[in-house]
Amino acid sequence: MRHTLVALVEDKPGVLNRVASLFRRRAFNIESLTVGHTEQPGLSRMTIVVDGDDIAIERLIAYLYKLVNVVHVEDLTHVPAVTRDLAMIKVAAPPETRTQVMQVVDVYRARIVDVTSQSLIIEVTGDEEKIESFVEVLRPLGILEMVRTGLLAMSRGGAPLYPPPNGNGNGHHAAASAD
Amino acid sequence: MMKRTGAQIVWETLMREGVEVVFGYPGGANLPIYDAMLDYPVRHVLVRHEQGAAHMADGYARASGKVGVAMATSGPGATNLVTGIATAMMDSSPVVFLTGQVVSKFIGYDAFQETDVTGITLPITKHNYLVTRVEELGDTLREAFYIARTGRPGPVLVDIAKDAQQNSTDWEYSDRPIQLRGYRPNRHPLSKQVEQALEMLSTARKPLILAGRGVLLSGAMRELREFAERAHVPVAVTLLGIGSFPASHPLSLGMMGMHGEAWVNQAIQESDLLLAFGMRFDDRVTGNLKTYAPNARKIHLDIDPAEINKNVRVDVGIVGDLRESLQTFLEHLPQMDHSDWVEHINTLKGESAVRDIQYLPPDGHLYAAHVIHDLWRYTGGNALVVTDVGQHQMWAAQYYRHDQPFQWITSGGLGTMGFGLPAAIGARIARPDAEVWAIVGDGGFQMTAAELSTAAQEGVKVNVAIINNGFLGMVRQWQEFFYDRRYAATPMRSPDFVKLAEAHGLTGLRVWRREEVFDAIQRARETDGTVVIDFRVEQEDSVYPMVPAGADLHNMIRRPVRNPLVETAQDEM
Repeated sequence: MRHTLVALVEDKPGVLNRVASLFRRRAFNIESLTVGHTEQPGLSRMTIVVDGDDIAIERLIAYLYKLVNVVHVEDLTHVPAVTRDLAMIKVAAPPETRTQVMQVVDVYRARIVDVTSQSLIIEVTGDEEKIESFVEVLRPLGILEMVRTGLLAMSRGGAPLYPPPNGNGNGHHAAASAD
Repeated sequence: MMKRTGAQIVWETLMREGVEVVFGYPGGANLPIYDAMLDYPVRHVLVRHEQGAAHMADGYARASGKVGVAMATSGPGATNLVTGIATAMMDSSPVVFLTGQVVSKFIGYDAFQETDVTGITLPITKHNYLVTRVEELGDTLREAFYIARTGRPGPVLVDIAKDAQQNSTDWEYSDRPIQLRGYRPNRHPLSKQVEQALEMLSTARKPLILAGRGVLLSGAMRELREFAERAHVPVAVTLLGIGSFPASHPLSLGMMGMHGEAWVNQAIQESDLLLAFGMRFDDRVTGNLKTYAPNARKIHLDIDPAEINKNVRVDVGIVGDLRESLQTFLEHLPQMDHSDWVEHINTLKGESAVRDIQYLPPDGHLYAAHVIHDLWRYTGGNALVVTDVGQHQMWAAQYYRHDQPFQWITSGGLGTMGFGLPAAIGARIARPDAEVWAIVGDGGFQMTAAELSTAAQEGVKVNVAIINNGFLGMVRQWQEFFYDRRYAATPMRSPDFVKLAEAHGLTGLRVWRREEVFDAIQRARETDGTVVIDFRVEQEDSVYPMVPAGADLHNMIRRPVRNPLVETAQDEM
């Protein structure tokens, strides 16, 4: 099954390579990986979508913790979380179909961010399902180009994702017992 | 604050880290470091190939318990280290590798002798660094040593651009504690899990301890012994765990796994509780995972959380420093009695003894097992034994019985041929008072035999016992068992090893018969400088027992009960 992991990593050169290389050499397949800054200086946050059963993902998390630059990892798959993907879609929009395109944009609460006489660039955010459905509706109208960010994820509620300040190691102890 | 060049910062930091010896090879991209070296009280060992430097630093680390250091220049110098780095990684050996890199403004332009060494070594180091600014160098080196020796030890590489070696900065060594946000090894076990484990132990009838290199790395030998004695639990060791528990102890079973003793593997399969201490359930240890210890609950103690549930699903996984974890156990561990179980295992031992080549009548041939058995006897079991990889390694593991820790060095995880001689040189430099024997095969020895020249130049005494059977013996054995005796590319012709030793100004001896073994060993012990003994042993002998790769642990190929030579001859007719 698909798992959504978030990892806080040190904002240093080569860290993305270390993480991506770990997935490759441990034979995990990354479906999507996004990286960006966080509210904490020196820390970047990765959202990683990866396929695997629970046992494999538990092992993967342990491997991630072995990387010296990885500060904290959480699996958001089984917790309430908001996930978002952003897509920019360039659609053919000659005068004959332009109104139709704009109606679809309206329904999906997307935004037009560039206009030419023959095309539009549309920006849409949402969970993956929404974006995929949007793409299907637009497809017959003529998609010229599309780009997506991949998934971002954040757990719901007040507790922020933050590494335990100190004490006994990084707190990662692996699963306590088998079922 | 004083102005220091990067090269000076390298040496001053190494001095503060307690480094006394480095193994290396100079070149264009690390010349500033070499130039500055002359001003510092450090011993440099000039190797003949950088792979030798890596294995020497590794052998030094394993023999001394300190961090080993190896240096190389950029490009080919650095890539020649790779096998040694991977070896250190697989066996959790703390080694810091320092490589030169081209001037930082040339990086990325395919400059002369440029390679992406941090990229190449990413998967085979615990961590690595590329330093392009002299200001970063001091802290980076301190971190490198810290990471190499703490937690689960391992190799750390620091690739230093030439300009970062040449440039100067205001710098002073700082000994403030190192804080890394993402690296804080878990040293302390969770007491709840220890309680859970003790509960399991209290109801177990057939418990078994599996002791690995983690026991040695955390210095938990005394705790292991006390645990085993108080809980009355027999102890099996991994290849790298040899020496963690005295071989002559009544509760000692010997080595487990592919070439482990038959009774050990049988006992593992019959046990109802496995206590895995600082070992990682390698496939050479478990055989087929589906049928591995099917009735046993499993408790795994390791410093590395990623080892828990990696190969074998366990019932309790306790992450922490092994010594500290065992101490926590000992606070609550009652005296127990498992006499029925221990006696049962002893009967299994008796069955195996009849197959041991030591008990076969002499047939005039010299067997490797004889050589190693005699080596054990004549050195009083006190030698520091370093091996290469292959049949001789397994015979050495089986027949040299170690009662002391840190007297056994071998390449386990990676199985690196060519490891033996250089690692032995490193070990002897770490422990100049130790009697060091390198037990090597004719194949692996030739991979790094050039380091004899290093031993000669440095005046390092190691005794090299070549178990020469004219084959790549372990591969030949697999061909015999699994490839219908088609000996593809395994017969090997060797140079005259006696003359090879003499060509280096060293002593060479040759032994054909068992009666000559004692004299040769004595002469080697009494002779100054490195001595090479070419033991011409029976060519087509095999290591028994053997669990074929991927087979069930209890399905072992056993040595034929009668004289193996007679059987071999019959099979060929």
